[in-house]
Amino acid sequence: MRPTSVTFTIGLIFGYLSLRLLLTSMFSVELVSDSVTYEKNRLRAYKVHTGTFLFGNSSQKNNSAVNPPNSTRILCWIMTGPRNLESRTKHVKQTWGKHCHHILYMSSVKTDFPTVELNVSEGRENLYWKTIRALQYIHQHHQDKANWFLKADDDTFVVIENLQYILSKLDPEKPLYLGRRFKPFISQGYMSGGAGYVLSKEALKRFVKGFQTGQCTHFSTIEDMALGKCMETMKVEPVDTRDVKGRQTFHAFPLDHYIIRQLPRPRPWYMIYDYYVPNEGPNCCSDFIVSFHYIYPVQQYVLEYFTYHLRPYGYLHRFRPEEIVEENNKTNKGG
Amino acid sequence: MLSEGGSFMKGMVLGGLFCLVLSLLGSFSPATESRTDGNDHHHHHVKAASKDELQQLSDSRLQELNDQLQVYCVVMVQPKSLVYWATALDTWTKHCDKVEFYTSEASKALEAIDLNEKDDWARLRKALKHAYENAGDIRWFFVAQPNTFAIIENLKYLVLTKDPEQPFYLGKAVKSGELEYVELNSGIVLSYEALKRLVNVFQDEDKCPERGRQLWKLSDDKQLAVCLKFTGVFAENGEDVHGKGLFNSKTVDSLISESMKQNPSNVVEGCCSDLAVTFSGLSANQMQVMMFGVYRLRPYGHNFHDLLTFFPPKGSDND
Repeated sequence: MRPTSVTFTIGLIFGYLSLRLLLTSMFSVELVSDSVTYEKNRLRAYKVHTGTFLFGNSSQKNNSAVNPPNSTRILCWIMTGPRNLESRTKHVKQTWGKHCHHILYMSSVKTDFPTVELNVSEGRENLYWKTIRALQYIHQHHQDKANWFLKADDDTFVVIENLQYILSKLDPEKPLYLGRRFKPFISQGYMSGGAGYVLSKEALKRFVKGFQTGQCTHFSTIEDMALGKCMETMKVEPVDTRDVKGRQTFHAFPLDHYIIRQLPRPRPWYMIYDYYVPNEGPNCCSDFIVSFHYIYPVQQYVLEYFTYHLRPYGYLHRFRPEEIVEENNKTNKGG
Repeated sequence: MLSEGGSFMKGMVLGGLFCLVLSLLGSFSPATESRTDGNDHHHHHVKAASKDELQQLSDSRLQELNDQLQVYCVVMVQPKSLVYWATALDTWTKHCDKVEFYTSEASKALEAIDLNEKDDWARLRKALKHAYENAGDIRWFFVAQPNTFAIIENLKYLVLTKDPEQPFYLGKAVKSGELEYVELNSGIVLSYEALKRLVNVFQDEDKCPERGRQLWKLSDDKQLAVCLKFTGVFAENGEDVHGKGLFNSKTVDSLISESMKQNPSNVVEGCCSDLAVTFSGLSANQMQVMMFGVYRLRPYGHNFHDLLTFFPPKGSDND
């Protein structure tokens, strides 16, 4: 009698367990497959993201920095030093540096960053020497790589596409000089160093020639002002880089120094040097900003996020000069 | 032998029956209640439509959805946060189809609907009831505080293909013990149906008391979740096509800082969605900066070919 009750119990347990397994597998199939497809979609999404990242194209379409539609080619050179490579320059390299056609990092020491070694020591008093050597170096080795030469600091943020937009309307064979124009010291003004400045191919030639002939000298350690003097001497023209609505594109300070609405007031200290009368509040700045200064690593990525990623879906921007361009393109292509 | 096999079989059948009975009894537990809701709401995340899905819709259908989709912004303010209130008025709320500011007490500086109520939950109830009664044709409601920045166009994109006659309660869904609720500080989205059910359950003092249970004081956003749950409406996490959360309770700076530590080689893409709806904890100046960053700052020549068009609001100069 005992064996049968044992087998009965075994059967009981067996029957219970197998039915339980059957029931749970039936109900959880849906949930499991959902979480599986969810994970698959996530993986696919990451692949898409890394795919575009590898091509250095953080935007969706039309990254004109990779293949410029016309012949505007920009060589970026960053004024930096060994102390800042990890803390600042690295982040420039990972953000807007990718949009330059060519980029050089100028330092006093050669490294695998990679940095170019200028035969100059670090320090504020050597900034103009560094600039002179950097421009001579670029002229000697990289003259033909680009027709426009942008100088920036390791705490400048630049939107290369917007710089390109401005430059595409100008002739690089002319002696031209662009940036945030400052009034003092030089009668035709000079461009702020921190906001970044651009020399045309011809302007670069004239700068180098100026030092060869002694027309330009290291007469001051204030890099941006001294370079401005050389530009004036060599008859290089400063360009008004404001947009069609009179709003600035290059900025010597971060956005919050300009965009906050203010009651009418005398110029704050950081706008005293401005050559053109600056606006405070929403009219300070063009939609197609070229640069900001004093941008530390977190802000570099924040600005990259705002510029290239975050957007209001389907929003028809108020300021749309490109509409006119697209219309022209359509009539040219459509035929 | 035969009797043994027979007793085994009997045992098996009995065991199986026992299991069936147990599971049938078990299915009456609240855990599976969510499945009894007629719609596909057993997911706890709601995703925006993908480009493919949208492209399958006809142009006229898309236009129809676009035109019908209107958002009523319910902004909970207090005179002590006047600067935030004024900034919200000057920035993101201009993109709402209708916006009302609901205040705890009147302010001489700015106009609002004075609810004359100090208690957060009681105030929220009054505001939502007022919004429901004054909705007109509007079918989507967005509840926020003034130090939250919201991108209404992206909110519309999220709910574009969702039917407001179904109950939706979306935002940043968070779990507290057994309760899943949407955090108020990152914005709460309610469909018309959800709000309708909510306003109805307000009348039930047992399920949804006005002053909250005095023994344990729940925050207003948790109270909201409790009341909605009684009506069969559950919190869902709003996400983009890739499953990234769209509602953020932190600032962009804060999230980027975190991403720099967690994804140093992929900071921006590892951080936040391109179509994020909210960021929170912003200062008034940061809101003005965001207004520029979101609605104006962009690289020349980039065209996203979005399938909808939202026009800039009239009489505004900072977007």
